[in-house]
Amino acid sequence: MTPHFPIYLDYSATNPCDPRVVDLMVPWLYEHFGNPASRSHAWGWEAERAVEQAREQVASLIGADPREIVWTSGATESNNLALKGAAHFYRDKGRHLVTVKTEHKAVLDTCRQLEREGFEVSYLDVQPDGLLDLDAFAAALRPDTVLASVMYVNNEIGVVQDIAAIGALCRERGVLLHVDAAQATGRVEVNLQQLPVDLMSLTAHKTYGPKGVGALYVRRKPRVRLEAQMHGGGHERGMRSGTLPTHQIVGMGAAYALAQAEMATELPRIRALHQRLLNGLSGIEQVFINGHPTQRVPHNLNMSFNYVEGESLIMGIKGLAVSSGSACTSASLEPSYVLRALGRSDELAHSSLRMTIGRWTTEAEIDYAVQTIRDNVAKLRELSPLWEMYQDGVDLSTIQWAAH
Amino acid sequence: MAYSDKVIDHYEHPRNVGGFDKGDDTVGTGMVGAPACGDVMKLQIKVNPATGLIEDARFKTYGCGSAIASSSLITEWVKGKSLEQATQIKNSQIAEELALPPVKIHCSILGRRRHQGGGRRLPAKARRRCSPDCRCGPASALGPLTPPFLRV
Repeated sequence: MTPHFPIYLDYSATNPCDPRVVDLMVPWLYEHFGNPASRSHAWGWEAERAVEQAREQVASLIGADPREIVWTSGATESNNLALKGAAHFYRDKGRHLVTVKTEHKAVLDTCRQLEREGFEVSYLDVQPDGLLDLDAFAAALRPDTVLASVMYVNNEIGVVQDIAAIGALCRERGVLLHVDAAQATGRVEVNLQQLPVDLMSLTAHKTYGPKGVGALYVRRKPRVRLEAQMHGGGHERGMRSGTLPTHQIVGMGAAYALAQAEMATELPRIRALHQRLLNGLSGIEQVFINGHPTQRVPHNLNMSFNYVEGESLIMGIKGLAVSSGSACTSASLEPSYVLRALGRSDELAHSSLRMTIGRWTTEAEIDYAVQTIRDNVAKLRELSPLWEMYQDGVDLSTIQWAAH
Repeated sequence: MAYSDKVIDHYEHPRNVGGFDKGDDTVGTGMVGAPACGDVMKLQIKVNPATGLIEDARFKTYGCGSAIASSSLITEWVKGKSLEQATQIKNSQIAEELALPPVKIHCSILGRRRHQGGGRRLPAKARRRCSPDCRCGPASALGPLTPPFLRV
């Protein structure tokens, strides 16, 4: 889309806003700028109408009732509201939560905060393919468990959890289920009339909408209650106070409406591109796919290239914008905790690339990506003492490394 | 990571990549780091028996851009020096020459570490880079940097 920048293969980080969405948003910034909460004049009434229309559009994509949608500033806030809001409201019923080690930081850090407040949290392991073991999940639910949080689609490896089964288990035990669906909307079918989910976090900017707006689905039947985290006016049925950003909300609604209309034709195209990328790269020796091969969204391909370090690979593939599970590319210098949770060794976590595709990815871009990755992996392996040892038949697991 | 032009230059055009004949008596080999930490560097030097000076060097590195650049730079700097002079090279000099950002100083330490062929405690900031089971300690299992013919 912007010719002088690298080819964008980082759709799981964020997406460009669809131009059709931008066009619909702009008038609400300066022509129709009213506050949706202004009940006494036309500026407010029309803004309120736009907000309610967007609410219907968001609800429609996920099979919900518009009254179950609460606007927030994004999925991070929605996660905070869901976890803290439910834990606090139901604190007399129990103080135990269950979540998964591969959740987004917005969930994990919120759980840590709840632990500091006196709650107890179980962080479940996943299987090497990234999927939750349902028996292990069932075993973790206790009589004092109030809430479980399991993401629908993982942001790093793209695997899709069996939310229907997990939800059924929660229903049996009277445990609320929260699902972070930030990476799921527009990529998998979500129907909350069938899924036993009580709370669902949604965002706009992973579905070609603007950044800075999201929503929390809060089930009405059976009714889920939350303690508000943002106070000041009682907006959104008392669950989230603050003036609603009409233009942002219109953007999210429009993005979700487009997703609903276009998902059926878009998904086969994405699947074909994914296959093309996979075919091009799986021929390289010593590469590993991270995450279940089929129980996933086709938008994501996370691969480890053994004996090559991730940041040096990203430096080489200058024409591509991707991300890596390498420590070097994270602010904390720790390798990806998601890849570690899969049981991947540190070196494979350091050697990974996450490539995610989307609405504007083309075959030519995939072909360029395949070529440049192949070339750079080969070049870096020439530089790599580990590759040399592997070729000499040395078993690297037997080496006593002289650490610094 | 926004690197200096020098780092990018060394990354795009690394100097002295490769290795020497394993059986060569005048070659000293050192390997430092661990895959778990995301950095492994192998450095080899060829010492002239007559003069005692390093006449050639080769490296191979598994690691980030800074690590590759640090190793490449080291192989340039040691040529023509005696072993003793080579061990005087400080990681701060490497970091300065390459204008490494603070979080990458660690990589320059590895470059210097191979010369010493032995372990010393790292400053805390650099140590946080290592994985929990990484043990800072004595020299590489693959032998110190001093070539065989010089070991008494």
